[in-house]
Amino acid sequence: MIQIKNLHKSYKMGTSSLHVLKGINFDVEEGELVAIMGSSGSGKSTLLNILGMLDVAEQGDYILDNVPIKNLNETKAAKYRNKFLGFVFQSFNLINYKTALENVSLPLYYQGIPRKERQQSALNYLEKVGLKDWATHLPSELSGGQKQRVAIARALASKPKVLLADEPTGALDSRTSHEVMDLIQKINQEGKTILVVTHELDIAQMCKRIVRLKDGVIVEDKKVKQVLASSYV
Amino acid sequence: MFNRDNWTEIFDTISKNKLRTFLSGFTVALGIFIFIILFGLGNGLKNSFQEFFLDDASNAIFLYPGKTSMPYKGFKENRRIEFDIEDVEDIKNNFTLFTEYVTPRISRSALTRYKSQSNSYTTRGVGPAHQFVEKTILMKGRFINQKDIAIRAKYAVIGRLVAKDLFKAEDPIGKYIDIGSSVFKVIGVFQDDGGDREERNIYIPYSTRQLLEKGNDKVDEIIVTFNKDLGHTGALAFESSLKKYFKDKKSIDPRDPNGIYFRNLTDDLKQTQQFAVGLQLIVSFVGLGTLIAGIIGISNIMVFVVKERTKELGIRKALGATPKSVIQMILQESVFITTISGYAGLILGVFLLKNIGLKLEDYFIKNPYIDLSTAISATIILIIFGAIAGYIPAKRAASIKPIIALRDE
Repeated sequence: MIQIKNLHKSYKMGTSSLHVLKGINFDVEEGELVAIMGSSGSGKSTLLNILGMLDVAEQGDYILDNVPIKNLNETKAAKYRNKFLGFVFQSFNLINYKTALENVSLPLYYQGIPRKERQQSALNYLEKVGLKDWATHLPSELSGGQKQRVAIARALASKPKVLLADEPTGALDSRTSHEVMDLIQKINQEGKTILVVTHELDIAQMCKRIVRLKDGVIVEDKKVKQVLASSYV
Repeated sequence: MFNRDNWTEIFDTISKNKLRTFLSGFTVALGIFIFIILFGLGNGLKNSFQEFFLDDASNAIFLYPGKTSMPYKGFKENRRIEFDIEDVEDIKNNFTLFTEYVTPRISRSALTRYKSQSNSYTTRGVGPAHQFVEKTILMKGRFINQKDIAIRAKYAVIGRLVAKDLFKAEDPIGKYIDIGSSVFKVIGVFQDDGGDREERNIYIPYSTRQLLEKGNDKVDEIIVTFNKDLGHTGALAFESSLKKYFKDKKSIDPRDPNGIYFRNLTDDLKQTQQFAVGLQLIVSFVGLGTLIAGIIGISNIMVFVVKERTKELGIRKALGATPKSVIQMILQESVFITTISGYAGLILGVFLLKNIGLKLEDYFIKNPYIDLSTAISATIILIIFGAIAGYIPAKRAASIKPIIALRDE
C-alpha cells in the first residue's frame, strides 16, 4: 500500500538547516495497523505529514497505492488527500460551527457527492462510531472522546485507502483513549490500513507493528502481538 | 458560481457565523448609508446656494443709457443717450418672439415717512412685469398693475423691511405714506430672496414717477427677460441684435463701446454655476472620502475574517478542498454579504434623505437628493473593493500548507 525509499527532509532555520529525516525506508502492506513511535524531535510527525501530503519531501520516493506521489501542486495534493487519505488529529480539528453530521459529510462535499447522499453516508459513519444520536450536536456539545470519534467518522467518510492518526489519544484520558483505540482496531479489522503516530507505549502496543524513530532514522521495526483495547474497556 | 450546493454551504456558513456576517455587512451598509447622506446633504446645500444667488430671473438683460465716446452721423461725441417709454414699447413690438417680460425702471432715493417714523429708501418706478423680472414675492396685497400705470396712481408696494421699520406691528395695507413729499397709498408688501437690501425698496408705477418729474417720459433703465428656450448662445445672439437695434435707433457708432450698456445675467449665471461646480467638487470629495473610509473598513474586516478562519481553511484543505474552492468560497460569501448589506444601506440612506428633506431648509439645505446611478455606483465600488480585500488574504490563506494552518490557534 505504501512504499517509501530513502526519504530525506530538512527544515531551514535561518542560516543553518535542520536535517529531520535522514533516509527513511519502509513499506506498509494493506490492512496493517502501524504505530510510529519516537520522542519529540525524532521526525515522526514530519514523516506523517509527508505521508499525508501535507508536506513534501526533498529526496526519496513515495508510492501510495501504486501512485507515485511527486511534484504535486496544491490542487492535485488536495484531490489526492481527498481520495486516498483520512486524517485524525490530536486536537480533533472539527469545524466548530458545524454539527457532527455536517463535519462528517464535509469530505464528501469536496468529492462532489449530492447533498442527500452525503448526509445519508455521513449518518452511517456516525452510527458506526456510535454517535448517531449526536448527529445534530455541535462539537462544543460533545466530550473529547466523542469529538475524536466524530473526527474518525469524518476520516472514514471519504473511503480512504489509508487512515493517518497523529497522536489520536494525546488529548484524551486513558479510559477514553482505550475507547478510541478500540474503534481504530475495529476499523483495522475490517481491512483498513492505519498509521498511528504516538509516543505512548500502551497505545503503540495496541497496533500490529511498531516502527521506532530516533534522530530521523528508523532504529527499530518489529511486529508485535496486538493488545486488544476492548480488554481495558 | 451557480452551483446550488456551493450556495447552501455559503448560507450555512453565513447563518452560523452571525457576528462575522454582521460586522462585514454593517461596515458596508454604514459606508453606503453615510455616503448617501453626506452626498445628498451636499446636493441640498448646492440647491440652497443656487436659489440664494439666482435671486433675479436668470434670463434678464439690463439696458442702461450712457454717453457716446465717438462722433457718428453728424452727432458730436460725449452726447448723453436717454431712454424713454417709447423704447420700451419698441422692444415689446420688435422682439416679441425673443422676449418674455419688458419693464422700465426709474430709481430715486427719497425720504419716506409714516407718522413719526421716517427713513430714506430707494423708490423704483416700474411696470407690472417687474415683479417677474425681480422675482418679487408678495406677502400681502397686490403688485402694481396696468391700470395703475394708466391712471398714474399714487400707489406703493413696500418691502418687508420697510413695513417693519415704518409700521412696526401695524398692518400697512391701505395706509398712506409720505415719499419725498408726495402721499402714496400702500397696496402691497413683498419679500425677496435677494436679501435685506432688496427688501428695503419701494415700488411705484413708473408713470407716477414720470408725472412727479414734470410729466416727462424718460426711463432710467430697461430690463428685458428673454425667452428661456433661447439658451445661452441664443441669449447672447439676442443681446447683440438688441444692441445693434438700439445703436441704430439712437445713432450711436456701432464700434462705440459706450453710449449704451448691457448687463446680461446669463453671464452672471455662468459664474454662479462655476461656483456651484466648486461646491459640487467639495461634495464629491466628501463623498469620495466616505467611500474610501468604507473601503478601508471592509478591507480590515475581510483580513480579520480570513485570519480568523485560517484553521478552518486548513481543515477544509486537509479534507480535500482545492485552493480554488477555498478562494471561491470566501469571495462568494463576501460578495453576497456586501451586496445585500450595501443594498440595505442604500435603501435606508435614500429613505432617510427623502424624509429629512423638508426639515432642513432652515439650515440652508434644500431638497437634498442623490441620483440613483451615483448611489448604485458607490455600492458597486464598495462591493468590488470588498471582494478584492477578501481575495488577497483568501489567496494567501489558500496557499498556506494545511499543516501550518492546522497549527494556527
